[in-house]
This record gives sequence, structure tokens and C-alpha cells, in this order.
Amino acid sequence: MSASTTSHRLYKALFITLLLVFALVYLAPLYVMLTTSFKGIEEIRNGNILALPTTLNGSAWSKAWSSACTGGDCYGLAPYFWNSMRIVLPAVFISTVIGALNGYVLSQWRFTGSNFLFGALLFGCFIPFQVILLPMAKLLAWLGLANTVPGLVLVHVIYGVAFTTLFFRNYYVGIPTELVRAARLDGAGFFAIFRHVFLPLSAPIIVVSIIWQFTQIWNDFLFGVVYSGPGTQPITVALNNLVNTTMGGKEYNVDMAAAVIAALPTLVVYLVAGKYFVRGLTAGAVKG
Amino acid sequence: MKTKLTGLALATMMAVAPSAQAGEVEVLHWWTSGGEATSVAFLKKQLAESGVDWVDFAVAGGGGESAMTVLKSRAISGNSPTAAQIKGPSIQEWGELGFLSSIDDVAKANNWDEILPEVVSDVMKYNGEYVAAPVNVHRVNWLWANPEVFRKAGATIPTTWDDFMVQAQKLKDAGYIALAHGGQAWQDATVFEAVVLGVGGADYYNKAFVQADMNALNSATTKEVFETFGQLRQFVDINSPGRDWNLATSMVIKGEAGMQIMGDWAKGEFKVAGKNPGTDYVCVAAPGTSGAYTFNVDSFAFFNQSDAESTQAQKVMAKEILSTDFQRVFNLNKGSIPARLGMARTEFDSCAHDSMDAFVASSASGSLVPSFAHGMAVSEAISGAIYDSATQFFNSDDSASEGVAQLVAAVAAAK
Amino acid sequence: MFDYLEKQLPKLIMAPTAIVMLVCMYGFIGWTAVLSFTKSRMLPQWEFVGWAQYERLFANPRWHVALDNLLVFTLLFIIIALLLGLMLAILLDRNIRNDGALRTIYLYPMAVSFIVTGTAWKWILNPGLGIEKMVRDLGFTDFEFRWLVEPDMAIYTIVIAAVWQSSGFVMAMFLAGLRGVDDSLIKAAQMDGASTFRTYWHIILPVMQPVFFGSVVILSHIAIKSFDLVQSLTGGGPGYASDLPATFMYTHAFSRAQMGLGAASAMVMLAGVMAIIVPYLYSELRGKKS
Repeated sequence: MSASTTSHRLYKALFITLLLVFALVYLAPLYVMLTTSFKGIEEIRNGNILALPTTLNGSAWSKAWSSACTGGDCYGLAPYFWNSMRIVLPAVFISTVIGALNGYVLSQWRFTGSNFLFGALLFGCFIPFQVILLPMAKLLAWLGLANTVPGLVLVHVIYGVAFTTLFFRNYYVGIPTELVRAARLDGAGFFAIFRHVFLPLSAPIIVVSIIWQFTQIWNDFLFGVVYSGPGTQPITVALNNLVNTTMGGKEYNVDMAAAVIAALPTLVVYLVAGKYFVRGLTAGAVKG
Repeated sequence: MKTKLTGLALATMMAVAPSAQAGEVEVLHWWTSGGEATSVAFLKKQLAESGVDWVDFAVAGGGGESAMTVLKSRAISGNSPTAAQIKGPSIQEWGELGFLSSIDDVAKANNWDEILPEVVSDVMKYNGEYVAAPVNVHRVNWLWANPEVFRKAGATIPTTWDDFMVQAQKLKDAGYIALAHGGQAWQDATVFEAVVLGVGGADYYNKAFVQADMNALNSATTKEVFETFGQLRQFVDINSPGRDWNLATSMVIKGEAGMQIMGDWAKGEFKVAGKNPGTDYVCVAAPGTSGAYTFNVDSFAFFNQSDAESTQAQKVMAKEILSTDFQRVFNLNKGSIPARLGMARTEFDSCAHDSMDAFVASSASGSLVPSFAHGMAVSEAISGAIYDSATQFFNSDDSASEGVAQLVAAVAAAK
Repeated sequence: MFDYLEKQLPKLIMAPTAIVMLVCMYGFIGWTAVLSFTKSRMLPQWEFVGWAQYERLFANPRWHVALDNLLVFTLLFIIIALLLGLMLAILLDRNIRNDGALRTIYLYPMAVSFIVTGTAWKWILNPGLGIEKMVRDLGFTDFEFRWLVEPDMAIYTIVIAAVWQSSGFVMAMFLAGLRGVDDSLIKAAQMDGASTFRTYWHIILPVMQPVFFGSVVILSHIAIKSFDLVQSLTGGGPGYASDLPATFMYTHAFSRAQMGLGAASAMVMLAGVMAIIVPYLYSELRGKKS
């Protein structure tokens, strides 16, 4: 008994070390970005990229946020940050709701051809997004949504639903169909069963869906650049404008600070949403 | 300058800017940071003074690659911006598709035919009418050198490609990187272009790389070009692939490398580092191209608008772009020279003076050629083919004849 | 009447998705297919040239490089990301009670746009600036790590960066799956004296099959569309040695005014996907749950 406990502990220590080593490797690029963002330009130009900054200089951060040029305008990333929020929040919400309902139908309420439909949806999203740029632009113009926030939301929902559907369908497939059958015998309808049986079990997969959608849409550049107009450009477009120059005089510290700023909302989502993985654990216990 | 304006011009000007509300211009461009952004902001301010609002629509990246994607999707959905940063033969292509609007009345009223060099004004016209306004002229065939490094290595700054190999070897033997280079396709093409001009001369350049004449491309001269280009591989350090051009420049600034071949925007890097032309760094024509000039002109093209107000605003913008104020400020910032002739040159530095003189001289001698590495000479399809061939060759051990064969095949396929 | 509606409800729910899919996915695929048979250059134009664009495509050496790269990249990327993601999920699930911090560390790469991470990676992988220099400075002067600048190896640096970016998400999916596994299953297995390894291999992993399925679809999707990654890390270089079909297509369709050629390359990409993904989808969706 005690021998097995010791070896168990040994394993555990080994595993934890392994996890920590991986964590360090994963952090390396972030380390480079953060240290660079606090260095002065001279230090970056002449120093070692892996060295710590000699002094902590936060001016790059405030410049990136509020005064760096992103074209003829020099207001930093701030205005674009809110543009992105106006696009991302509705798009994530709508696509997650649609995906949950779709997944519920495809796993528990199958009909003739529902599997085919799912397969077609999954395959359809393999279309390279670059080729849909022009026809989609025409469609948006026809709908009167060209260069608007609702237009961007629509595009993101359309091409995100395949994924959210996939997540929910695969998660709900694991839930025994007897549950639905029993609930229907009790007289519960389609939506009632969804609300009272499935939704309470869905925390972990909602988290996965939100993480995926939030990240994809927040970091999207291609749709953001093509379907936005002046005043609706998302933060990735601004970030790209900020770091790109054809003339040199590159301010790497500002670039790096801007990149980290652009990534902050996603990081916050990960931190906050992460809690619900654990809540999902308790929900799983109910199921058993 | 203003006093020279004729009465007619004045009248047109009044017509062009009738009131304080001359509308707005939505401008798609990719000048988004550093000195370029400052220059754009200056134009914006000037337009505001003429009562035109500037709606900034900036999309950077890949030398305008992303901006062109945006422009195409907007054009196809019937929603073109007022003006867009387009250059070279692309202006003709957009004109053929019927998207561009004539600003010929502004040009006539302001004598563009006289104040612009013919090579520049030709590019700005579609069907004989102006549809675009030029902002600058870059010279691409520059060699930037660190004289200190040359002195220490006992080398002299080369003026021919044969001499280049000798001097570069001296630098290399003395422990320096001879040629600072960033291994990105467009930089490979920039160096390749300098070799083409230096080895083949202007006539060959025009035949092979402007007219894309297959006989000229598939010739002994092209083979010679590839031989010289291939020799350069040994003078570039191993870490060059993917390096941004400004990092290569800073290797010259720091004295790690002896020289770099790059357009005149490289000057900006020296300036930021507090270096002075002539003493801290030297700008000379790339080897074998001292009498010649590869030019790269940035310009704004004007798109058809449905309402009269935007059309008016467009014309105000066209006029302001060619104003001496804007041309001076913009080009001081960007390292290029003004597109219009006969401007005061005192504020410009010695490299810019050289560029201005060389522009006039090469124009007279017929060795003023458009830069294919910067989208001035051939269609996008053909310049893409040249890019591919040049960069693939430079990053492999291919022989010169393999290089020629590949180039010929790629250009033929792109036609 | 109400009963009828109730019965049709599942179909009604799926209807908008189905219609949008038909137009915005298959409709646009059809549009691209037609475009690939035209001589379109800068913008679409409907003058047909038969298979000429496909012939030009396969005569282009750069396209072959891109196809080979896609194969190498996709296989390595999917396999490594799956294994790594699964491993991290299992280790996290069983060993650490409060895994919030570590989980976020593994996930964060997905949060950071490659527009700038590309620069950080470029520095780290560059022999003169990053890992090679660091190890040499430590005294191992013969150390070499210069994949980024070697034409034959550059594609592997893209695999590294892609795995770094996506394996955290695979971990999250497996973690969500693991947390859904019934504890009683595991307890029963352990009562029977099964080792931890056997418990995972025979009991837990089979239950997680839908998660595998989902991960493979997501990862292959990322692999095929990898664009920013290549663009910012290698720019397709050295030369065009690390070009992928997605970058090839974009470059030709949009910045080289060869839209017909770009459309043809997209169709070939889709055909390739079809050859691999469709059988997989078919077996997954037909095989078990009916």
C-alpha cells in the first residue's frame, strides 16, 4: 500500500514537472513580447531579444492604446477595441445559441437526412474563406449591409455556426436518448426538454464554444478588413495597420504592447470561462 | 507658385472649391505608420482647409496586398472609395474596367502636363485623360554603404558588378557581412532588378522586363544576369531569409554589414538612427547603374462617384496632392523626391539632390526605367512570375541556365 | 395542427442553417467552380477557357511545392496537436486540482493574433537572434537550430508555431470531454484492478470518440486554412519553400490578378479535402449512431 502511494506520488511529481516545463515553453513567445514592450527602441535595436529590460518603460503601452497612428488617424487602438466588441459579442452569442439548438436537434431529434445535413455543413466550412470574399461582398451589398457592423456579425455567424453545431452535437450525442424519451412521456416539449435537461448539462461545451468563437472572431483579419468600412474596422485591422510600415522606423515595443492589448479580451474570456469547466464537472455528477 | 496661376486656373479652382462644404473623400491607402502616417495627416489637414473632410480608410500589409483585396470587394459590390492608392500599370487595368473617373479639368487648369515629367504623367492617364495624381518619385537602384566598414576592410565602394564581387570579398575576408539583405520575395526582386539594370543596361531592361519580350528574356544577357545574381548568394549572411528590410539597413548602420541595395526609403532608417549622408553613410547608384534610374511612383487614383459633391471633393484632393506644400512635406518625410518638377530643393538632403539630378539626366539619356520589383513596369501577373523566379533562384543552388529557364516559363505562363 | 408543428419543429430549427449553408457555402463553391473555368484576371469576368487554368496551375512549380507542404504540414500538425492536447488534458485532469492558471497558459496562444506573434516567433527561431544564439551563448558553440532559414526545413517551423497555437484548444476540448466522463465507469474499472493506462485506453478514450472526431475536423480545418501563420512567420520563404495552397491562392487571386488561377487552386484544395474528409465524415456519421 505505502509502496504504491510512494510511486503514485513520484508519478504525480513527474507529471506536474512535465506540465510546468510545457507551460514554460508555451510562455516563451509571450515573454519575448512582454519584455520587448517595456524596452526602449535603442535597447531593442542593440540588445539581446531574450534579455530582460533594463528599465521598465511603460510609454509604449500608452502609445499603443491611445496615440499610435493607424493611418491618417492617430488615436491608438482604443476606438477599434470597441468596434471589435460591437462585432464579437452579438456574433458569439447568436452563433452559440444557433449551434446549441442545431446540436440538440442533430443528436436527439434526428430526422431523415439530418446526418447528411450535418456532414454537408462540416464539409461546407472547408471552403477557403478567401474565395468567398467577392460573392459575399455582393450579397452584403444586396442586403444593404456592406461595410456595417451588422454585416460583419452576419458573416461571422454564418461561418461560425458549422463549428458551434459541431461542438454541441458531439457533446449531446453522449447524452442517452432515453432521457429525452422519458421527458416526453412526462409531457415535456422540445424546448422544455432543452431548457430543463440539456442546458444545465451544457456548461463545459458552452465554454468551449464561446472560447472558439470569441477567439476566431476577435482575431479574424480577413473578414474584418474586407467587410468593414471607415469607422467600423475591428482591432486586428488597426493592429495590422499599426505594425506595418513601408518606411521603417519600426517601433517594436509599441507593436508588441499593441499585440498584447489586442489579446487581452480573449485572455480574460479564458480566465473567466475556465471556472465553468469545473462547474461542468459537478454537472457531470448529476448525469451519473 | 500661386502667383503664376492664370485667371482660367483660378476660375476653375473657384468652381472646384465652391464653399466650405465641398463634401468628403473616403481614401483607401496603406500608409499607416511612422513618417507615412504623418504625411497622410498633412494632406488631411490641407483638405480640411479647403473644406473637404477626409474619411480615413487605411489598410496596411504586404505592400498594399490587403488594400487591393478590399478595393476589389468594394468595387465589385458597387461601393468604391473616392480615391485609392494604386500605382503603375494597375491604373490602366482599373481604367479598362471602367471604374476610374477623369480629373482632366483639374490637371488642365493646373498645368499638370508641364509640371509633371512625361514618364510620370503617362502612368497617371487613362485614354489620354488624367485619372490619378502622383505623390512622389522613389529611386530604387541605390546602394547604401557604411564608409567606416569599407575603410577598415581596405575596400572601395564598387561601381560595377565585377568590382562589387572583388570589394565584397574584401569585406567578407575582413569579417563583415558584405551585403545586408532581407530574404523576402520583394527584396530579392529589388536586388535582382538592380543586377538586371547594371548588367544588361536600360535597353535590355525595357525589352525584357517592361515589354516582357520573350526573346530578350531568353537570351545570353539574362543568363549573365543570373550568373551575377547567383554570385551574390555568398555575400549574404545565413540569417537573411524573412528579415525585414529595415533590419538589414540597421546592420549597415551598426557596422555589421558593408552595404545594402534598397530604394531611397532606406534613408529614413539612417535618419532615425541620427546618421548623416556623406559622412556616416554613403548613397550611390547600384553597381553599373550610375547613369540610370529605376523609378517607383506612388499615386492616388480616383473612382467614379454617384454624387456630384464627392466628385467635387475628389478634384480638390487631386489639386492638393500636386500642391508644392504637400509635395515638399510628403517627400521630405518619405525620402523620395517630389513628382512635380522645378521645386525648391534646399530643404532636401544630398541623396535627394542626387536623385533629382539623376532623374533629369536619365530621362534625357533614355535610361529612366520603371521598377518591376515595385509594380511599375509590368502587369501584376508578370511581376509575380518574376518575383517567384528571382526569389526561388536566390534561395537555391540553381544554375544560371536553370534560372533563365524558370523565368522564361513563369513569364510565359503569366501572360 | 399544434402537434404537427411540434413534430416539424426540429426541421424548422435546422431550416435557416440549411438555407444559409446552401447559399453561402455551396452556392459560393459553385461560383468559384465556374470562375475557375474562366480567364478572370483582376476581377471576375465570364469568358470561358475550359481547363486552361488547371493546366497552368499544375505547370507551376510553386503550386507543387505548396501541395507537398500542405501534406507534410497537415499530417504533422494534426497528429502532434492531438497527442499533445490529449496528453495535457489527461495530466491536468488527474493531477491538478486547481488548474486555472496552467489551462490558461496552454490556451493563450490562441488568443494572440499572429500578426505580431509572428515577429516574436521569427526572432526566437532566427539563428542569429533566438534559440541558437542563446544556447551558443551558454557555451554549446556547435549548437545549430536554423530551420527557419533552410528551404527544406522552414515548413517545420510552421508546424511548431501552429501546434503551439492550437494544441491548447484541443486540450480544452478533451478536458471538457474528460470532465463529462462518468466517474462510476472509472471506479468500476479500477475496482477490477485495471491500470491507469488500461483504464484510459479501454474505457475513457473510446467514450471520447466524438471529441476526437471534433478535434480532427477542427484541426484539419485550421491546417488547410493556415494563412496568417505562413504570411507572418516565413512569408512563404525562403524563396517560396514554405508556401501553402491557401497563401498561393490568395496571392494569385488578389495581388497577382490571376483570379481564374486562384479559383482553380481553391477547387483543387477542396477536391483534396473532399477525398480525405468525406470518407471520414461518412464513416463517423454513418457507422455508429443509427
